[in-house]
Amino acid sequence: MHRFTGSDRALALLILALAGCGFLILVGPVIVVLVTSFTSSRALQFPPPGFTLQWYRELFDPARSAQIHIAAGNSLMVAVLTAVVATSLATAAALAITRSRAGWARVAEGGFMAPLVLPGIAFGLASLMFFSWLRQPPSLALLVAGHAMIAAPFALRTVGASAAGLDPALLESSAALGAGPWRTFRRVTLPLILPGVAAGAFLAFVSSLDNVPVSLFLASAQTDMLPIRMWGMMETALDVRVAAASGVLVAVAFVLLLAMDRAVGLARRMSG
Amino acid sequence: MTENGVWRLALPLALAQMLFFVAPLLLLAATSFATDENLRAWSLRAWRDALGDDFNIASVINTLRLGALAVLATAVFAVPLALVHMAAGPTLRRVILIAAVLPLLTSVVVRTFAWIVILGREGVINATLQGLGITSAPVPLLQTEHGLILALTQIEMPLMLLPLLAALARIDPALLDASASLGGSLFRTLRKVVLPMALPGLIAGATLVFASAATAFISQGVIGGGRLNYLPAQVWQQAMVVFDWPLAAALAITLMGSVLVVAAALSLLGAKARHA
Repeated sequence: MHRFTGSDRALALLILALAGCGFLILVGPVIVVLVTSFTSSRALQFPPPGFTLQWYRELFDPARSAQIHIAAGNSLMVAVLTAVVATSLATAAALAITRSRAGWARVAEGGFMAPLVLPGIAFGLASLMFFSWLRQPPSLALLVAGHAMIAAPFALRTVGASAAGLDPALLESSAALGAGPWRTFRRVTLPLILPGVAAGAFLAFVSSLDNVPVSLFLASAQTDMLPIRMWGMMETALDVRVAAASGVLVAVAFVLLLAMDRAVGLARRMSG
Repeated sequence: MTENGVWRLALPLALAQMLFFVAPLLLLAATSFATDENLRAWSLRAWRDALGDDFNIASVINTLRLGALAVLATAVFAVPLALVHMAAGPTLRRVILIAAVLPLLTSVVVRTFAWIVILGREGVINATLQGLGITSAPVPLLQTEHGLILALTQIEMPLMLLPLLAALARIDPALLDASASLGGSLFRTLRKVVLPMALPGLIAGATLVFASAATAFISQGVIGGGRLNYLPAQVWQQAMVVFDWPLAAALAITLMGSVLVVAAALSLLGAKARHA
């Protein structure tokens, strides 16, 4: 950039060194998990003494890992439904907020974002109390309701950012040409905000798939969820299948991330 | 839809939040003032137990300390990473961005598991220390506070890094060149130009990291272990093992209150810094 003096060079070196360490701390554990999932040892030695696929074989064995498969199926179903529900609600709300100049819109936006800062464990406990007060036994539908509350702010943010760039003149001309509100939404608004909607749906999906605090309280024997099952596998006798399950989750996340990043610039949207 | 009717689009989310978010929290508050989970009678017993007990007060302090240390630890690495990102070319920028987002997309459980492997007796750190001859026996890292903070540094760093990247992206590169060509040292440019612009991102990141680290139940329990007492474990214990729901509710509200007070203080600090 420009010429450095001596003290500048020392400062720049310090910044580079810390950034390097930070990068290592961010990425290293992900690589450690991937390598460990191929270990031939029963103990969690690193580096592993040898490499096998035995933990993946056990993980995918329908008889020995039946419970994990059920939990994974539940998690996937809840995540898909959560993404649909949270993104629909958030898209409508985001359009309302960006198109209104009134003061309520700012207040509403703050309220809608509240679940992001609120400790998840308090909300999980509150949900358990609420549903047991309503005499509702744990079910996947209740999990979707709880997850959607936490996922909606993510979608609201990405859709809101897309909708902010929407030209009101486009909507007005669509209306002037005789299109109803729904037709205007389908033909004009939605195609324009689609990248934000897609990014929001993806983040809602991931936030549900990874959700611990709500699932912790609402999951039961009938509604076992993958993160909770993996937690159980880590708490008791350390089961190396956790490494294989983690390997699958990391691979899926990485592929999805690259695909979404290519399609809608996801990483950029998350930092915006 | 007219400008006046557009608010109706926000109704479905608002109603859903009332029913599934606000109502449960109100019930949580009510339960903390009740004698049992069926709200048959009111009492302050749960609050006396929650705040009158040294053990619980110690958990509150431990939890706040953990949150604060996690904020410090993530900032130490995230700020330099964000600065390098700002100065880097497009390829390195993309690599840093992917590195920031990837941990966020791999489940907290997976990240916690990774740190069991790294911090364990036969893990990466102990293997390195012994390989270099720095220590002869494995150093205990699991079930310690510094092990937990190291793990939280990675687990929570994306929450600090992403707002910082967003804040620094708003800096006009011409400003940096101007500062440098006017003879400003790197330190001066960082302090006078970059830091004020980075501050909102830093504060947003600090709020998110604090809230997340203070409530990271699984990481606290699995890496920190049973000997370190944090509020989320207390909430879980009272709710699911002892079945004292009023006390669990009072502890959960204490946790929520502590996090919200810190978040409010941080945002006040942010507002003040912007006007200074």
